[in-house]
Amino acid sequence: MSVLIYMIPLALLIGIGWLCAFLWSIRGGQYEDMEGAANRILLDDENPPEN
Amino acid sequence: MSSASLYAPFVTAGEGGKNRLVLSIEGVHCPACIQKIESAIVTEPDVTEARLNYTTKRLNIIWNGAADRADGFIARINGLGYKARPFEAAKAEATDSEYAKFLRLCLGVSGFASGNIMLLSFALWMTTTQQMGIMTRELFHLISALIAVPTVFFSGRPFFRSAYAVLSKGRTNMDVPISLGILLATGMSLFEMFRGAEHVFFDSAVMLIFFLLIGRYLDFLALANARRAAGDLVSMMSGTATVLEGDIQRPVLIRDLREGMVVLVGVGERIPADATVIDGASDIDTSPVTGESLPVHVKVGEALYSGTINMAAPLKIRILRAAENSLLADVIRMMEKAEQGQAKYVRIADRAARMYTPVVHVLAASTFVYWLLLAHLPWEQALMIAVTVLIITCPCALGLAVPVVQMLAVGRLMKKGVMVKTGDALERLSGIDTVMLDKTGTLTVGEPRLLDNAAGTGLKLAASLAAHSKHPLSRAIVHAYEGQLFPLSVNEVQGHGLESVHEGKRVRLGSRAWCGDTSAPDSADTLELWLDVEGAAPIRFGFADPLRADTQSVIGSLKANGFRIVLASGDRESAVREVASKLGIAEWHAGMKPANKFALLDTLKGQGRKVLMVGDGLNDAPVLAGAYVSASPASGLDIARNAADLVYTGDKFAPVLLAHKVAKFSQRLVVQNFALAILYNVFAVPMAMAGYVTPLVAAIAMSSSSVIVIANAFRLRTIL
Repeated sequence: MSVLIYMIPLALLIGIGWLCAFLWSIRGGQYEDMEGAANRILLDDENPPEN
Repeated sequence: MSSASLYAPFVTAGEGGKNRLVLSIEGVHCPACIQKIESAIVTEPDVTEARLNYTTKRLNIIWNGAADRADGFIARINGLGYKARPFEAAKAEATDSEYAKFLRLCLGVSGFASGNIMLLSFALWMTTTQQMGIMTRELFHLISALIAVPTVFFSGRPFFRSAYAVLSKGRTNMDVPISLGILLATGMSLFEMFRGAEHVFFDSAVMLIFFLLIGRYLDFLALANARRAAGDLVSMMSGTATVLEGDIQRPVLIRDLREGMVVLVGVGERIPADATVIDGASDIDTSPVTGESLPVHVKVGEALYSGTINMAAPLKIRILRAAENSLLADVIRMMEKAEQGQAKYVRIADRAARMYTPVVHVLAASTFVYWLLLAHLPWEQALMIAVTVLIITCPCALGLAVPVVQMLAVGRLMKKGVMVKTGDALERLSGIDTVMLDKTGTLTVGEPRLLDNAAGTGLKLAASLAAHSKHPLSRAIVHAYEGQLFPLSVNEVQGHGLESVHEGKRVRLGSRAWCGDTSAPDSADTLELWLDVEGAAPIRFGFADPLRADTQSVIGSLKANGFRIVLASGDRESAVREVASKLGIAEWHAGMKPANKFALLDTLKGQGRKVLMVGDGLNDAPVLAGAYVSASPASGLDIARNAADLVYTGDKFAPVLLAHKVAKFSQRLVVQNFALAILYNVFAVPMAMAGYVTPLVAAIAMSSSSVIVIANAFRLRTIL
């Protein structure tokens, strides 16, 4: 059972990691245009971004 | 021409000298448009970002440099064949997107929390205290609490806020039992945890929030999308007008027009605000405002209403009222009156909550009393059992019953071209018994089409002349003719028609008096043009505003549904009578002014009728606002679209029928879902009252009832 001492914090850390990723993606507006994102993958890069 | 930038005021300055402009783009239909527009703007110098949101059709441009480059960007996009106009988020819409973000955040956090608590809960469910050991169990409970308590207060806010808002008004809704259930489950679990008891319900509380937030978010998303789509349809206030100051012409945004300004209105342009003619004479298409299908001739000194269209010649007009005060003050007054008079509709979910809440709370209270006083249990245990009653009845299925159906129905209807703007529109639509209809633009196409077709060179010559005019009758002739045109140089003769020379002969296309056969039987009621070739008998072209292709069958279906159908039009009696008899509508009214239409609605309401109003004009707006439920075609005036609950696109009338069918079926599904939720409670509540419900049972009951309700809602796909 003592393995739990490592496993539970680890599980929580991983979870919190995903939560942070989720919060970051919300802040970046990644859910604002779901339809566009689905279509953009089909477009060729005519003007590759400079940066 | 002044060189001042017209659109610079819409540019917002960001950090580091960057400017930002948001444009609403019309005509984006396929993903390829994304690239076309973005690459056109990105290749402009100093532009750092150009991103088109395909969902909202809005382009976000960020650049280093002067604000007045905005005009250039707009011109560039317009040059690609799209229509760009600066976008200013309406207040409601800004709140919408803020709220969407808030819900997403709450949803994400509760999802994270329920996943992690479930991880621990599974261990608790699958083992006994002997296997696990007291210390481990309490550690698990503590970790669950550490995750659950902040989550409840963070992600439960949408429910708490709404519950608080209705409670402080002395009413109740579904969020009241939800909030109470969540808070009691959390509080009681905390208490039990400190007591070292076996069962805690942190997982139930968080899972409840997660499930209900899914419903809430989907519901919200569907409506926000529809609202935005309806708002994006071209707005009258969004364009520019040409203002004359002395000899200088200057473009001014329509919303900035002020009383006394002199505006030049070109042929085919909309009158931007209520005004009087100070120079010139022209024909005005008033159909958007009055429903009258014939253009009206105006001269100096006559009044013009905003929204009407200048058809024949340029006009100089003086603005009477700023645009936002224009649009017939009495119509707006009537609309306000109508909206105030509208009885507050109570949604079925709230009606259910009103019955549901007291029943559940009485059950929980009596459970507590029973175990405490009759079974002589310690009060902590008795309270725990009472709280499990609240948790198990906490309306997970009930909370999802309406939103899932609503989300599916609204989403599907939107794909079929019907935008549902208000949350309870479908519920109300399912209960109608009377349909009140406008004629021009609603039952009919809204523009004249060539009727008696004079074949041969007559039509070709007429079309060659008509191609030089924007008059609706001329356009109808051009529309009816396919093929090559004679190259003619055409003069437009004010108030009469078009004149040219063809093969050495004078040819004229215009009114009866000017070039027609004055001896022919007079028919003031029909629309006509005459083609007069020198030395030959004049040829008559007759026009009519035809019914939409499917009007006849839709009216037939509406009648088959047993609805009372009332036609109320602002058009002349003969035109209305013809349409009514063609469609077999017995109850019709012609020459209706906005006030008449509104009085008619009041009469119907007085008879206890639930009226669906379908209309597109300014004269329909008060009725649209005051009717039980209302629909407007997307081609209608924006004031009508704003007042309507549903907006449908396309040139057919059938969407109205489809919306009603979907509304009916949705309502049936909602009732079924409620029945399922109640059935579930019939089994679950006695178990909870008997004290048999453990966290595991609660979790299973909650998920399975939700899944059943969602599955039932998906049956909506069978009719769409």
